Amino acid sequence: MRPFTYERVDSATAAIAAFGAGAVGAASERQYLAGGTTLIDLMKLDVMRPQTVIDINALDRTALGRVETNDQGLRLGALAHMSEVADHPVIKRDYPMIAQSLELAASPQIRNMATLGGNVLQRTRCPYFRDVSYAECNKRIPGSGCAALDGFNRSHAVLGVSDACIATYPGDFGQALIALDAMVELRGRNGDRKLPFGALHRPPGGNPEIETALLPGEIITGFAIAAAPWLRRSLYLKIRDRQSYEFALASAAIALDMGKNQIVQEVRIALGGVASVPWRARSAERALQGRRLNEQTARAAADTAFADANPHEHNLFKVGLGKRTLVRALLQAATMEL
Amino acid sequence: MPNATFHSVATSVAGWSRRMFLTASATSLAVPLFARTSRAEAMDPQTARAKDPRDPANLALTVNGRKHQLALDARTTLLDALRERLGLTGAKKGCDHGQCGACTVLIDGRRVLSCLTLALVAEGRAVTTIEGLAKPDGTLHPMQQAFIDQDAFQCGYCTPGQILSAVSCVEEGHAANDAEIREYMSGNLCRCAAYPNIVAAIKQTKHSMREG
Repeated sequence: MRPFTYERVDSATAAIAAFGAGAVGAASERQYLAGGTTLIDLMKLDVMRPQTVIDINALDRTALGRVETNDQGLRLGALAHMSEVADHPVIKRDYPMIAQSLELAASPQIRNMATLGGNVLQRTRCPYFRDVSYAECNKRIPGSGCAALDGFNRSHAVLGVSDACIATYPGDFGQALIALDAMVELRGRNGDRKLPFGALHRPPGGNPEIETALLPGEIITGFAIAAAPWLRRSLYLKIRDRQSYEFALASAAIALDMGKNQIVQEVRIALGGVASVPWRARSAERALQGRRLNEQTARAAADTAFADANPHEHNLFKVGLGKRTLVRALLQAATMEL
Repeated sequence: MPNATFHSVATSVAGWSRRMFLTASATSLAVPLFARTSRAEAMDPQTARAKDPRDPANLALTVNGRKHQLALDARTTLLDALRERLGLTGAKKGCDHGQCGACTVLIDGRRVLSCLTLALVAEGRAVTTIEGLAKPDGTLHPMQQAFIDQDAFQCGYCTPGQILSAVSCVEEGHAANDAEIREYMSGNLCRCAAYPNIVAAIKQTKHSMREG
C-alpha cells in the first residue's frame, strides 16, 4: 500500500472542507473512507492510490447514520451499515426487496462494516481492473485498452457495455434503489442536491474511468424511497456460483402491484450481475403492464429485457441465465403471500 | 452486546502464559521506541495526525478493555497492529483481503474484518479479540467450550475468527436453525471443512449464551 495522510472528520461539512483543502492534484488522490471494504482492499492491490484518506466513519453518529420510516416512505442515511438496514423490522416487512438485496450481499462481517453510500460506489470485480499487472484497463489507465474483451470474460456484463469496457457493476442494493426510483441525496461544496438514483452511475461508453455523476468531493448523504403500492410484493433474487458470500451472475429485483386475475397494475424490474451499471429493465416493465402475469408473459418480458445484450466469448450463458432469473423472480413475486 | 462476558487479558494475573508474557513485553517496549523517532513538530496540533506520511500517527487503541498508546504508520491495519505491535496473535492473517474471515474481531460488539480496518479507524472504539473472550480466571466462554466439545476444528487456524463470528451470530439472533447458521457463518472459511461441527457448536451454545 502506498503512503497516505489520514484525517478524521465528524460532520459532512468538515469532510467536504477537508477534501477541498487536501493535497494539490487530481480528486482521485483524495478518498473518503467509510467501511473500507472496497477502498482498503483496492489500496492493498495498488489499484487505488489516494494520497489523502478522509475517515468519515464518525458521521454514522449524525443524521447520516439514521434510518427513518414513515407513511411517506423510507429515508436511509448513507452512513447506515448494510446489516442494520437488512435487519430493520419495518424494512423487512414493507420493503422486502431492499432487505433481501442487502442480506444476500457479502458476508455478515462485511455488512457490519460497509455503509450504504459506500456500497453503491463499490468498484467492479473485473479481474483485469483489480490486477495492476495487466497494462490494459481503461478504467484504471484511460486509453490503455480492455484486457477483458478478448480475455476470460465469464463474469462480465452483457448489457450497457462498450468497446472500451465490459466490467460488471457488482452491487445488489443498487438494483433495489434503481427499481424503486430512489433519490440519492448529495452534499458538496456548492450545497445540497438530489439525483434520481438512475442518474448516479454512468455506463462506460468511451470513458469507463468516469463511473458516477458525483462532483469532486461530493458526498452521498442518503437515499429516499417513496411509499408505493408495489413495495410489499417485492423481492430480490440472486443467482451465483455459490449459495452464499458471492457476487451475482444474474439477479433480479422485482416490485409488483397485481390486481384481480394476475393482471399487472404496476411492475418495477432491475437486473444485476449482467450490466455495467445498476440496470432498470423498462422495456420488460412495459411488456407486462396491464397484462396477465404468467410464465408466457414473463418469458416475453425477459426476452425484451435482453434484446440488446452484447455477450462476449465466455459470458453468452448470462443472456439465458438472466432471462430465467427474471422469469423465476416475476413468478415468485406473483405468488408471494401478503 | 453484554460486555460483561468479555474480560481483558491484561487484568488477569493468575494463569499468565508464555504468550501473555511476550505480549506484555512487546507492548511496553514498542511505545517508547517509536515515540523517540516521531517528529512532534510535524503533527497537526488539533488532530495529532501526521501531515507527512513518513511521520507515525499517535493513537490510543482499546483492546479487550485495556488502552494502548501506539505510534503507527497510517497504513497499519488493525490486524497488523494487534499481531505485530500488541502481540495479540489470536486474530489470524489468512487472505488479508476480506475474503476468509480469519481476522474477525469485534468492534463495539459487532464482528468486523480487522484486515480491512485501519488501526486509526478503530481508535475510540472497543476492540475484542479471542484473547479477551474467556473470563479472568480462565473459564472459557461457552462458545469456546462448545468448539472443544463438538470438535469444531482441525488445524485451528480459522478458529479464533470462527468463534468470534459464532458469538456474534448468536448475539445477532441469526442462529435459529442450521440453514440460518450456515448463511450467517458464510464469511468464515474453514479449509479443514469442520463446518458441520461448527454448526453443532453454535447450536450447543445458543441457549446457554441467552440464559447467561
